This record gives sequence, structure tokens and C-alpha cells, in this order.
Amino acid sequence: MKYTKDNLRDLEAKAKNIRRLIIRMIAKAGSGHPGGSLSSTDLITALFFSVLRHDPKNPKWPERDRFHMSKGHCCPLWYALLSATGYFPEDKLFTLRQLGSLLQGHPDRRTPGIESASGSLGQGLSVALGISLAARIDKKGYRVYVLMGDGEIQEGNIWEAAMAGAHYKCDNLCAILDYNGFQIDGKTCNVMSLEPIVDKWRSFGWHTIEINGHNMEEILSAYEEAGSVKGKPSIIIAHTIKGKGVSFMENVCDFHGRAPTQEESQQALKELA
Amino acid sequence: MAEQLFQRDVYGQTLVELGRDNKDIVVLDADLSSSTRTNLFAKEFPGRFFNFGVAEQNMMATAAGLASCGKTVFLSTFAIFASGRAWDQVRNSICYNNFNVKIVATHAGISVGPDGASHQALEDLALMRVIPNMNIIVPCDGPQTANAIRVAANTKGPFYIRLGRPKVPTLTSKNVFEFGKAQVLTEGNDLTIIACGIMVNQAMLAVENLAKKGIKVRLINLHTLRPIDAETIINAASQTRGIIVCEEHTIIGGLASSIDEVVSENHPTKVIRMGIKNRFGQSGDPSELLKEYNLTSLDIENSAQELLR
Repeated sequence: MKYTKDNLRDLEAKAKNIRRLIIRMIAKAGSGHPGGSLSSTDLITALFFSVLRHDPKNPKWPERDRFHMSKGHCCPLWYALLSATGYFPEDKLFTLRQLGSLLQGHPDRRTPGIESASGSLGQGLSVALGISLAARIDKKGYRVYVLMGDGEIQEGNIWEAAMAGAHYKCDNLCAILDYNGFQIDGKTCNVMSLEPIVDKWRSFGWHTIEINGHNMEEILSAYEEAGSVKGKPSIIIAHTIKGKGVSFMENVCDFHGRAPTQEESQQALKELA
Repeated sequence: MAEQLFQRDVYGQTLVELGRDNKDIVVLDADLSSSTRTNLFAKEFPGRFFNFGVAEQNMMATAAGLASCGKTVFLSTFAIFASGRAWDQVRNSICYNNFNVKIVATHAGISVGPDGASHQALEDLALMRVIPNMNIIVPCDGPQTANAIRVAANTKGPFYIRLGRPKVPTLTSKNVFEFGKAQVLTEGNDLTIIACGIMVNQAMLAVENLAKKGIKVRLINLHTLRPIDAETIINAASQTRGIIVCEEHTIIGGLASSIDEVVSENHPTKVIRMGIKNRFGQSGDPSELLKEYNLTSLDIENSAQELLR
């Protein structure tokens, strides 16, 4: 075992705390997207606490690794992690979606730690590609990570970027696919099938790593593997559960974009205690 | 006869000059680098040039990523694709972030000629003008193109610079260009003609003929659509008997609309809009097309006489 049990337990505890923050933020805001925020929590919590080289006290550190959330509607997760790692105080989280807030309904550069907006789906992989090429021009060793949703990769722009990432051999680029199997209108397999998803990325020239996106050990191994690949970009295809961690939200399409009521929020927090 | 230059040749050469001093300049293209002339930069600085193939959306959003790392990105394709194909990427990834991305769109307007309607961008200024943070320049000739490119390189924020396909006669001298300040090419108080791009030359020819008939025209080259020089427009509205606007673009949303907005809020006056009127383009030589769409110097003269009647 490469990672100690303590490491893994610690990350799991952190992820649970992030999930609690997500529920509280969205409940307070009265709108937002809990389903996909919860499905990608383990993936991105591990990234922020154990993988990403960054310095919240010096957010412009030139050597920093970059993270971009292409599926911008899951920004409660991003905000919770930025706060938990020290980019801004926790109380700011509860201004989510309010007029004048640092925390917009979708990511915006006014938020400390966010370097590029997102929200209109399908553009983030290209943004990450640009960051990857900038590192090449500047001969910097930083890496760039980008989180995409499964519904999101129905956008054509994603595949343009997929082609370009492989063409330019961007091995400092790691995409993370939150494959929770749901989108607004239902199951992805019914709305617009993505399969065979691994073959698609492989045929586009990417190194693919398929994991259980809720298993911390698999997650950490995947990041490590992606970091060792030379000559091509990597994608971690993570099988996840939409709404993970809250029983009545799991695999329930309605919670893609609906806030929990006060009652539901209390119940969810009990489950995440 | 005046010197004739391709604006895109001047663009390509200027990029190379800028690239020598400014190592943060990165250039992108989408399979049209030999037409847009970004291939000159590619040859000189292969490490700072990226071709994305026929994939404009990816090119735009990738430019945003590069700019987020401090790069000044120039990117080119034909105006029809730069403005329409990737509008959402321009809005959300470039302008919303207020990134240093300079879109230099070539082959704009009806003067693209034989390629026809699918390739004639007649709506690009309208599409770009409505996005907050976007700066827009439509240079009228070679020297002004060089100036526009230099200004864009040295001014923070996104730019849309509109260039044509054919050669254009040189009308302005190298050192006379002020970003955001309209250029008054001839003085006069009978009426005003405001033009941009290749229409400045047509307007100039009309002004010379009108002068022979004793009509003194104030000719304004409004090269910067955003930020717009409202003062020069208001002065023209108040000091002359009316304004004729000339553009090789739809009369909705581009130069004419820009003038209408300033005039109607500040000093209402008669405005005649000369441009493409609710039609698509078609194949033909640029000169034939200008005739077909009533955009020749003779058409401008006729409009002037109508306005003064």
C-alpha cells in the first residue's frame, strides 16, 4: 500500500467536511447544483490536499500547479476547497449567489484562487490546454488539472481540445472526468450516450485511467500515474455517484440543480456527521 | 496612384516585429495561416505559434488559457468564423475574463468577393460590439493596420481587429493614429461622411467629386468602433447638415448603429446608413459587389445630394 491508512482516512474526513460545506452553502443560497458537486468531491479534495502544488498565501506563485473547473456549475465544491485551503475565510461561503458576492453562481475571476471563469460548458479543456502550452513556452514544470462533467463532454469543443491536447503532446495536462451517469434531463445513456468512453479518449491519443472516483487510494494512484506519463495528456475517467454521500440525493436527477430545503439540509448534514 | 497594400501582409509583418521585442506574444491560427499571414510569425517563432486546425472554438478558449498565464495572444481566422463560429468562447472565455486576446479577423465584409455569402462576414462588428470589454478597430489601410496591431499589443484587454481580403490604397500616414480618436480626413460643414475600413477610400473619392461641385464634406475615418469617439460624432452632428455612414457590413449593429446611438442621445440629426441592407452577400469581384450593394463612391455622392436636397 503506497498511502498509509491514516493518509486515506484523513482525506476521507476532509472530503466529508467539504460535502457538509457544499450542502450548507447551497441550502443557504437557495439554489445551486449539489449533485455534481458531491460526485466530484473525493476527486478534487484529494487533488487540493495531496497533489496540487499551490500556495494559498501566494496565489500568483509562478510555479504553482493550476486547477480549472470546466463544469462550472459545481463551483460550490471549488469554493469550499479554496476556503478550506486558505484562499478566503469560511464565512464568505455563505454569501454564495448573493448580489455583490465574491462567490458567483458560476466561477468568476473575482474569487481568490480562480484564474478563469467557466459555466458555459465545453470550454475548460481548451483553457487548460492553453495553460499547458504556456508552461511549455515558459519552460515551467507546473501541471494543469481540469474537471469535466460527463454531460459536458457532449459539447463539440471538448473533442476539438482533445485532438489538440494529443497533437501537442501535452503531458502536463490531466483531465478528470466525473462520470456520474446523469445530466439534467436524465441518464446520460438515455439523453446522449457517451460509450465507449474509454475507447473514445484512447483513440484521440490520450492516456486513460479508469477508477472508482470515491476510493481515495485509487484517486491518489491515478494522479500519480498521470504525472508519470510522457508524450501524451492523461484523463482520469472516474466512475462516481451523483449526489454521493447523501442517501436521498444519490442517483436522483432532481438534485442536479436544486437546493435542498431546510429539512433536507438538516437530514443531509446528519448523514454527513 | 497611391501605394496598394494587403492589410494582412502588414499584419503578419508587424506581428514579427512585435514578437522580436515582446517574448510574451503568442500567435494562434485555425488552418488559415497562409491567408491571414500569421505564417510569417510561425516561421520566425515556431515555439510561440500554434495551429489548431479547423477548430475555432478550441482556438478561442485555448487563447484564454494562454492569456491567464500572462501571454498576449494574437489569433486569426476569417471574420466569419472568428465572430460567429466561436462567439460563446469569445464572450465567456475571453471577454468575461477581460483577457489579453487580440482577435485579428481577416477576409471581412462583402469584398471577400468570389467565395460568396457563406464567407462574407457582414455581421461580425455587430456580434463583437455587444460584448462588454471588447475593443474594436477597423483600419482603413496598411499603415493603419500596423498601428492598430501595435495598439492592441500594448493595450490591456480583448480586441477585435477587422481586416479585408483585397489590397487597399494607402490613405493615412504611419504616425497619425490615435486609438479611440476618430480621424478627420477632410474638413467641411455642409455634411459629414463617416466610414471605416475599405469604405474610407470610396468615401474619399466621393468627397473629391463633391468638392468639385462646391460641396464641402467633413470626412471622418471612424477606425475605432469601441471605445467610440462620441465627441467627434456629436460635433459633426451639430456643425453639419447630416451624416452619411458607410460600411461594408449590415446597417444593423455595426458602424451605422454606433453613430445612431450617439447622435440620437446627444444631438439628433438626419443619418443615412449605407451598408448591406438585410441581404446575404454573393459571388462576384469586389468592385462588382460594391456596385450591386450600392456602396460605390458614386452611390455615396448620390446620397450626399439627397441629404442636402
